[in-house]
Amino acid sequence: MKDRIRIASGQGFWGDLIDAPYHQVTRGPVDYVMMDFLAEVTMSIMQKQKLRNPELGYARDLPGQIGRMLPHIVEKNIKVITNGGGVNPLACRDAIFREAEKAGIKGLKVGVVVGDDILEELDAMIAGGIELANMENGAPLSTIRTNIVSANVYFGAFPIVEALKQGADIVITGRTTDTGLTLAPMIYEFGWENDDWNRLSAGTVAGHILECGGQSSGGNFLGDWRAVPDLAHIGFPIVEARPDGSFTVTKHENTGGLVSEATVKEQLLYEIGDPTEYITPDCVADFTSIHLEQEGENRVRVHGIEGRPATEFYKVSASYHDGYSASGTLTYAWPDALDKAKAADAILRERMQDLGLHFDEILSEFVGLNSCFGPLATIPDDINEVVLRIGVRGKDKDHIARFGQEIAPLILTGPPSVTGFAGGRPKPSDVIAYWPALLPKTAVTPKVIVEEN
Amino acid sequence: MATKRIRLIEIAHARSGDKGDAGNVGVIARDDRFYPVLLEQLTVDAVKQHFEGICHGAVERYELPNLGALNFILHNTLGGGGTVSLKNDAQGKTLSSAMLRMEIDIDESLL
Repeated sequence: MKDRIRIASGQGFWGDLIDAPYHQVTRGPVDYVMMDFLAEVTMSIMQKQKLRNPELGYARDLPGQIGRMLPHIVEKNIKVITNGGGVNPLACRDAIFREAEKAGIKGLKVGVVVGDDILEELDAMIAGGIELANMENGAPLSTIRTNIVSANVYFGAFPIVEALKQGADIVITGRTTDTGLTLAPMIYEFGWENDDWNRLSAGTVAGHILECGGQSSGGNFLGDWRAVPDLAHIGFPIVEARPDGSFTVTKHENTGGLVSEATVKEQLLYEIGDPTEYITPDCVADFTSIHLEQEGENRVRVHGIEGRPATEFYKVSASYHDGYSASGTLTYAWPDALDKAKAADAILRERMQDLGLHFDEILSEFVGLNSCFGPLATIPDDINEVVLRIGVRGKDKDHIARFGQEIAPLILTGPPSVTGFAGGRPKPSDVIAYWPALLPKTAVTPKVIVEEN
Repeated sequence: MATKRIRLIEIAHARSGDKGDAGNVGVIARDDRFYPVLLEQLTVDAVKQHFEGICHGAVERYELPNLGALNFILHNTLGGGGTVSLKNDAQGKTLSSAMLRMEIDIDESLL
């Protein structure tokens, strides 16, 4: 057994720094690269792309990123684990094989985890008495069944472990938890048991630290952001994991950014609920057991993590079509910029009322003044300019489209000193809402396919 | 003992994000000696009052003494959640900064 493995974060979301994973494999030693691509909304976007073209539905940056890394990961025996397969991991695998062909690389083993996509099985599940009730309001899924765009189960680390056991160099999954991508290599390399709750929780915490890329190595850091060096060349975080479950968070030398107790703490608190129960399919981690120590420059040791048994359920993330929205902006300049913007807002609302337009919500914000802090904002007396940002949301697409036609006329028929209406009329866009639910683990089985080119 | 009125940002940093229509705000003491101040000053009621007009639901508070930190869940805050919300900050990314504008009382000798 190895006494230490290095797992590098290569991507924190679909749209992150494209070169980050390449830099992780070329700027210093690593054993694994994990690449997280999936946010709640991402699966529905990918499902739409797959409907238009059955060859798509995965993170389209990924094959090219892997193609560029291939010579290095083959030479150094680095494995890549990613959930960028989205709703079409097999097509993603094929695209990666094409990259391998281009690079003249043979014998590449790619593992794919499938079975998380339950869109086709929903009706059978509902008929079988599985309600998939919304975790926030308790409503059964049947109430929005006809509007559903995507439905996926969050799998954990163990299907990836199975792919690694079968010799996969690269593992592509669909909706696997962000944390499972990091936990899996630890289970595989250190032989952790599936009921070793403390170690599984330790690997899960490591995964939480890596899953948002640069956000734990100095990016988006509120502590003392000016003190973070060279963000232009930020090094993404790396976890040096040990068999006992302790690990060190660090980054490659000669990269920018910062790994400190403070940067790691901010990431630990990101998007968590009750810290004593961070629930994944693999375990329930207790974030109040985490201990941090700065052990060197850009090195934070993490230890003492405890956890409890996993629950009987998988989380399901379904997305459904829920009407339309649009938003537009106009910029008003001194003098009386805010008064003009407010007057324009009132005129627009009156015209929309005269037209009999109905919306579920109209929201006006004054960007530059209060769009972040709302009533907490302090408004200076004499501002240079302000952006009126107005958005509408509703079920009737025609009403949303008409809203889009009513903004530009304000330039010639409203208050003066107005500009910034570029890019044409705002068009209605689909509102995709999110439906979280629980599914008994017995209702679905992950499948692992490992193939060689 | 003289107390001083300061903004929370002087003794804490923070990060926020979204959990459905709720915002999560983690508040971290800049030094261990400030953690008891956070515990005492950042009560559920005080935070609820601070976010009046922004947070339209309940506020939950969780303690992480091991990190010198508190985690707050602000329910009914993001205008329907990330993909539905019309807000410029639909994912609550700046709730952390909004939290740090809060004014608190602190024993001057701690500063």
